[in-house]
Amino acid sequence: MHAINYEAPKTLKDAVALLAQYGDKGRPLSGGTDLIIQLRAGVRRPEHIVDIKKIPELTQITFDLRTGLRLGAAVPTIQIYENADMRRYFPGLTEAAHLIGSNQIQARATVGGNLCNGSPAADSTPALIALDAKCRVAGPKGERIVAAQDFCTAPGRTVLQPNEILVELQIPVPARHSSDAYLRFIPRNEMDIAVVGVGASVTLDLEEERFTDARIALGAVAATPLFAAKASEALIGKKVDDAAVERAAQLAIELSSPIDDMRGTAEFRRHLVGVLTRRSLAIAIERARMV
Amino acid sequence: MDHKTVVETNINGEQMEFLCEPRQSLLEVLRDVLGMTGSKEGCLTGDCGACTVLIDGRAACSCLVLGVEAAGHKIETVEGLAQGSTLHPLQQKFLENASLQCGICTPGFLMSAKALLDHNPHPTEAEIRYALAGNLCRCTGYDKIVHAVLEVSKGSASKAA
Repeated sequence: MHAINYEAPKTLKDAVALLAQYGDKGRPLSGGTDLIIQLRAGVRRPEHIVDIKKIPELTQITFDLRTGLRLGAAVPTIQIYENADMRRYFPGLTEAAHLIGSNQIQARATVGGNLCNGSPAADSTPALIALDAKCRVAGPKGERIVAAQDFCTAPGRTVLQPNEILVELQIPVPARHSSDAYLRFIPRNEMDIAVVGVGASVTLDLEEERFTDARIALGAVAATPLFAAKASEALIGKKVDDAAVERAAQLAIELSSPIDDMRGTAEFRRHLVGVLTRRSLAIAIERARMV
Repeated sequence: MDHKTVVETNINGEQMEFLCEPRQSLLEVLRDVLGMTGSKEGCLTGDCGACTVLIDGRAACSCLVLGVEAAGHKIETVEGLAQGSTLHPLQQKFLENASLQCGICTPGFLMSAKALLDHNPHPTEAEIRYALAGNLCRCTGYDKIVHAVLEVSKGSASKAA
């Protein structure tokens, strides 16, 4: 690995100032499970590493029934699935976090880092998009909010400028009879990269048996994780039945533009989008009936 | 840029200081700076688990952590398992079950198993297999390793913790 300078500021203000000073020669370090591999391989060559794990607001999960969830960008995934509020209110996001890598990886890797790494196959990103998560970004000119669905711009690229930091992910309290799910296909039980991943969230009107809201997000079928807008909108107002779910699955397939690679062919991936959309919706619907 | 940094940390219960370059991984520091060669270098990409250590009680790949990141944390390595000439129950059961051949993966498996039993003293076989999924063994296979961990969890779990 090339020589680097390492700093671990204790406040967001100090971290922003350091990254503003270093510009494209700086890079925030969260769990390091992507970045350290990239440094070693020479894929990224920042001179200044700014460790953001000493900043309190980046390393906390706060949830309350008025303001919703604030998930610090540097919270390791192990803390997400060990958190009772996360499991109860955001089971889909929690299961996505639980799918990433081994226990060793989960002790370090973060959902914020998963998003910032910009992989089209990132497991937690479709889950965030399905929940319409908002990303709080801090930079030298102040703060801005970016929707999770707009965060990734190309493989390995995001809307973040070199001097900006993802601070936290914000998700409102789920409405009554609302829940989420995330499923991915891999050819083994665990420890693999998604061939396709699908996140879904639904809100139901149980008296009318209708969808009042729905969001479907797709991973590993395009250059970035995708919000399947048409598939989602097709559910809203419809009866909760197989025909509505099937229509959404077909629209999700139409949106996907996968490639052939070592993990699967484009044709297989399109097939998986249909299967996983149906199944993740079924799980989200079942969960939504219970809450 | 290349200058070394003083890092204060706790390794196997002992408060210590070491000097390292910021680019050195915790694994490099353990092996090359501190001479603790129990943790092994395998893939350097977080896939094989041969370099597994515990950081604040959680298994982590020391190849994916910078040495400077260890500051202020508690690190446990395979060197800390045995108490003098008394093996840790996991080490004892690995020996009794012939859970190793070449031995390169063993320190990582022991540390992952310790992290599991510290948090969950009586895991099911499935829980053991999931907890050890980040450790690869290319010669023994996994059954004997899983069996050893199961025996520890059934026998002397209090000693293992």
